[in-house]
Amino acid sequence: MRVFAHQLRSEQLIFWRNRESAGFIFVFPLMLFLLLGSLYGNETTDEGYPAIELLLAGMLGYGAANTGFAGMAITLVIRREYGILKRIRSTPLPASSYFAAALASILLVFALQALVLIALGRVLYDTGLPERPFSLAFLVVFGAAAFAGMGIGTASLIRSAEGSSAVVNFILLPMAFLSGAFGSRDYPPVLEAIANVLPLKYFIDLLRAVYLEDESAWSDPGALAVVAAWGLGGALLGARRFGWEPRER
Amino acid sequence: MPAISVRGLRKSYGPLEAVRGIDFEVAAGEVFGLLGPNGAGKTTTVEILEGYRKRDGGEVEVLGFDPGAGERGFKERIGVVLQSSELWASLTVREVHAIFAGYYAGPRDVDETIDLVGLGHKRDARVKTLSGGQKRRLDLGIALVGDPDLVFLDEPTTGFDPAARRNAWELVRSLRGLGKTVLLTTHYLDEAQQLADRVAVLVAGEIVKLGRPSDLTASAKAEIRYRRDGELVVLETEEPTRTLHELTAAALAEGRELEEIEVRRATLEDVYLELVDEQPT
Repeated sequence: MRVFAHQLRSEQLIFWRNRESAGFIFVFPLMLFLLLGSLYGNETTDEGYPAIELLLAGMLGYGAANTGFAGMAITLVIRREYGILKRIRSTPLPASSYFAAALASILLVFALQALVLIALGRVLYDTGLPERPFSLAFLVVFGAAAFAGMGIGTASLIRSAEGSSAVVNFILLPMAFLSGAFGSRDYPPVLEAIANVLPLKYFIDLLRAVYLEDESAWSDPGALAVVAAWGLGGALLGARRFGWEPRER
Repeated sequence: MPAISVRGLRKSYGPLEAVRGIDFEVAAGEVFGLLGPNGAGKTTTVEILEGYRKRDGGEVEVLGFDPGAGERGFKERIGVVLQSSELWASLTVREVHAIFAGYYAGPRDVDETIDLVGLGHKRDARVKTLSGGQKRRLDLGIALVGDPDLVFLDEPTTGFDPAARRNAWELVRSLRGLGKTVLLTTHYLDEAQQLADRVAVLVAGEIVKLGRPSDLTASAKAEIRYRRDGELVVLETEEPTRTLHELTAAALAEGRELEEIEVRRATLEDVYLELVDEQPT
């Protein structure tokens, strides 16, 4: 427990000190929300929701994937290729504490990001506050953890530090787009069929249900199961394939 | 009890036999050098002892542990300096030391460790501002901050300029002063000669010579060269005193000068190159 707390503090120090990670992971989704919000913040969707609230739900989904999936995958690949993971492996820090702290650090960052998103929406665009804060809080933690699991799996497939950011965004941005993170989800059937197998669509569905329709997080167990399955699948792939040592060379 | 004991150690990567049954022991407090050309199996051997790789055969005991088991008690007592690694560029020297110190049950004092590796004036500098030599000191600092009994140094000065190498050597000597056992790999002969109490010469996965640096040259032949009527004469001898005496006596009796006479004792370099060349590759 002492080493876990120490490693969590270390992760937080490393995250906030690094301008690239703090900027890309924490600030970027906030910027995107402000940008898209100012574009079509006053419209109303065909379903009768304020477009800005739909966007807020989508950005919470994008933020979970960005912080959990991209944050975990890129950090792991860079640390592996730099030899930091190999170096840590020779210390008494247990692998379980390392991963638990990395996950806790991601949850902390995303929880803060979710609070800032909701506050920005409230102050700038007059969005409603969630009627079911505990269900939303559960989704925030659950989603970030599941996407972090996918991040571990993806990290085991990426071979170089230089390519990690490109590969991760090649997966993340189209997925976010198809899943309706940036607003509309009115796509041709082919794209819709792709979105239907991706976890982010289901996660955003859950966020919309809780935030826009005031439903409980358990209202759609099928969607929860899809997101959880992707997260577990990623973590299992990582457990099988992940290496502590640099792949290059 | 020796700090490291290796018996019949073997390791292959596919068809390549990287380590072909080697034996050696390292006493507690000793600085032991694994010397050999690139690809001789030095890093493979060290990484087995560090617990990074599984061995294919043989017995290995390090500080009473089987390093392959990866026990926490073992990791508490070793310090590892890898051939190459980068650390978090935006953290300070002190922060990186503090992070690693927190992994151990009984670490050294962080500031004292930073002073020990000569980074006191860089304590609050970001890692990205350090020079290559200073980064190596940082690597050594985080290897020492857990207060290990045994320190592994894998090619600690490869790529250094001569001044940085001398500095690094001073650091390794200071480890001996702390009573640490050191296992050092190098492909620089002078480094092994300068630092190690004993050296194992590893060539193509086998130990071809093991002993104190001075022992390695002791049995080597001496060479006597001179010119007779302008022609170069080279004599190899295991008894240079006797040979020289006979040569000079004969020359005096004939009233002749042994032109340009010199006696050369083989250097460690000659011995090493001979050992390396003898091996089929």
